[in-house]
Amino acid sequence: MSEPVLSVRNLTKRFGGVHALEGVDFDLHAGEVLALAGDNGAGKSTLIKTICGVHQANEGEIRFRGQAVSFANPRAAREAGIETIYQDLALADNLDVGANVFLGREPMTRRWGLFPALDRARMAREAKRVIETLDIALPRLDRPVRALSGGQRQAVAIGRAIFWNAEVLIMDEPTAALGVPEQRKVVALIRGLKAANKAVIFISHNLADIFAVADRILVLRRGRKAGERLTAETNGDEVVKLMVGSA
Amino acid sequence: MSVTTEIGEPVSRPLLAALAGAWAWIFLVFLLGFFEIWARLAYHASFVLNGFNLQSIAVFTAQPFLLAVGQTFVIIAGGIDLSVGFTMGLAAVILAQAVRLADPLLGPWLGVLAGFLAALVAVAIPGLINGLLVSRLKVPPFIGTLGMYGVAEGAGYLAAGGTTVPVSNPVLFWLGNGTLFGVPAPVVVTLVVLAVLHYVLSQTRYGQYTYAIGGNRQAAVRAGIDVRRHTELLYLLSAFCAGIGGCIYTARFSAGAAQAGEPLLLDSIAAVVIGGASLFGGSGTIIGTLIGALIIAVIQYGLVFIDVAPFWQFIAVGIVIVVSVLVDQSRLALTSGVRTDE
Repeated sequence: MSEPVLSVRNLTKRFGGVHALEGVDFDLHAGEVLALAGDNGAGKSTLIKTICGVHQANEGEIRFRGQAVSFANPRAAREAGIETIYQDLALADNLDVGANVFLGREPMTRRWGLFPALDRARMAREAKRVIETLDIALPRLDRPVRALSGGQRQAVAIGRAIFWNAEVLIMDEPTAALGVPEQRKVVALIRGLKAANKAVIFISHNLADIFAVADRILVLRRGRKAGERLTAETNGDEVVKLMVGSA
Repeated sequence: MSVTTEIGEPVSRPLLAALAGAWAWIFLVFLLGFFEIWARLAYHASFVLNGFNLQSIAVFTAQPFLLAVGQTFVIIAGGIDLSVGFTMGLAAVILAQAVRLADPLLGPWLGVLAGFLAALVAVAIPGLINGLLVSRLKVPPFIGTLGMYGVAEGAGYLAAGGTTVPVSNPVLFWLGNGTLFGVPAPVVVTLVVLAVLHYVLSQTRYGQYTYAIGGNRQAAVRAGIDVRRHTELLYLLSAFCAGIGGCIYTARFSAGAAQAGEPLLLDSIAAVVIGGASLFGGSGTIIGTLIGALIIAVIQYGLVFIDVAPFWQFIAVGIVIVVSVLVDQSRLALTSGVRTDE
């Protein structure tokens, strides 16, 4: 098997006397989807926040593309190629798809060969191209993203991440708060990312989603790794038992 | 009745949506038509095809518009600047005092230039403080700029010695009352400000980030935009626009007065809102604000023109503000499929 794109060893994070994470290990390869499961307070959020630079680990090591890394903040992680997509998606609802994909990094052109101006045509064109690779149909790209459905908005957030060459995408409860058809779209999106050889970590409470798309399942319980299973070799009962600690 | 479908696809009523989107234009044309017909019937004269009327409306529009144009940026970013009226008054007084001092020493041209510099430096102070309060100290914009409203008012009256400050300077007088190819000089200045700021808002990253901050501040932060610095510059811009308005006031009336902008504050906010901006941030345009300012000016001037008691102006403008917000809400529902809890 190839070198893992992300490798976590003995990761430990304490808040005062509370051990939010203790000695967590896992590997993640390109083209692989890892589901992060666990009860509330199990340490799922702490784990992804420690990987993407919101928190800094007290002990342990994170290796990204073979290099030991410690990101000072989420921006540093994003620039390195680890993008976190939160539930709220961080989209500016009043801007169109292109503007959101390029937010903070807009391409410029010259208006009448003279004045610097936003290159909206290019933003729309490149956004269209990247959204199409996700196999998601957007009715129109020139409308504010508030007009889009939940799944389409996910596609915009994911499209932004892959446009800027994220290699690892961390998704926090991507299917929560969506209707069933929209959940299916998001599952399809994650499959698309896998096909594009991206590595995906996603947090979910929904076992159906996990079994639909994940290659492996990492179960956390009280900050520790309760177990790691290949999806093909386990079932819902076993995962739930790992989550509640009766396995 | 719900106007949205389950997955938030916008309902397709493009004609209604387009009408709602262009309502301010339609209303402006309607107003002009109304006064035109009235003028033809009552005075056998034209309201629109009358150079004096047009010049007067343009000048009537220019003053609140200069406050409103900076306000547009602030409101799009989700803030509000209540201090612009007295910031304008402060500039008016400082310009008058500075020209009185500098004119005898430097002559009329350099004297006016020194006056403008003094006025712009003076208004930069409230602008910067507003920006710091809102961006760094997290004071709600309504409160921070309300505080500055009082401070700028007091500073203006103190600088004026509690009275109006007369000033006599030929260059300044021309800037307030002269014309360039038939266009009043204050209107020329306003058109330049309009062109520059329309360009900044619609074509530059600065404008784009103004919308992004108003749409989702957190998203702007995560995208790496320096939101705090951007916000500081917004309030500075608003203060400069008000300062230009104050300079034009002094030029027009050959006197600086601390209360110059007091009645214009609400007109400026009204112009922004009528122009389609949301006070929750995220939407608005400079052209929309211009239409809003024109609507207010046409109502004010037109009612005087047809000899209606001037107090009707307040009622008319008040109704227009509320109607414009109602139309805007229905437009949002028509074009974007926003789900509401009601």
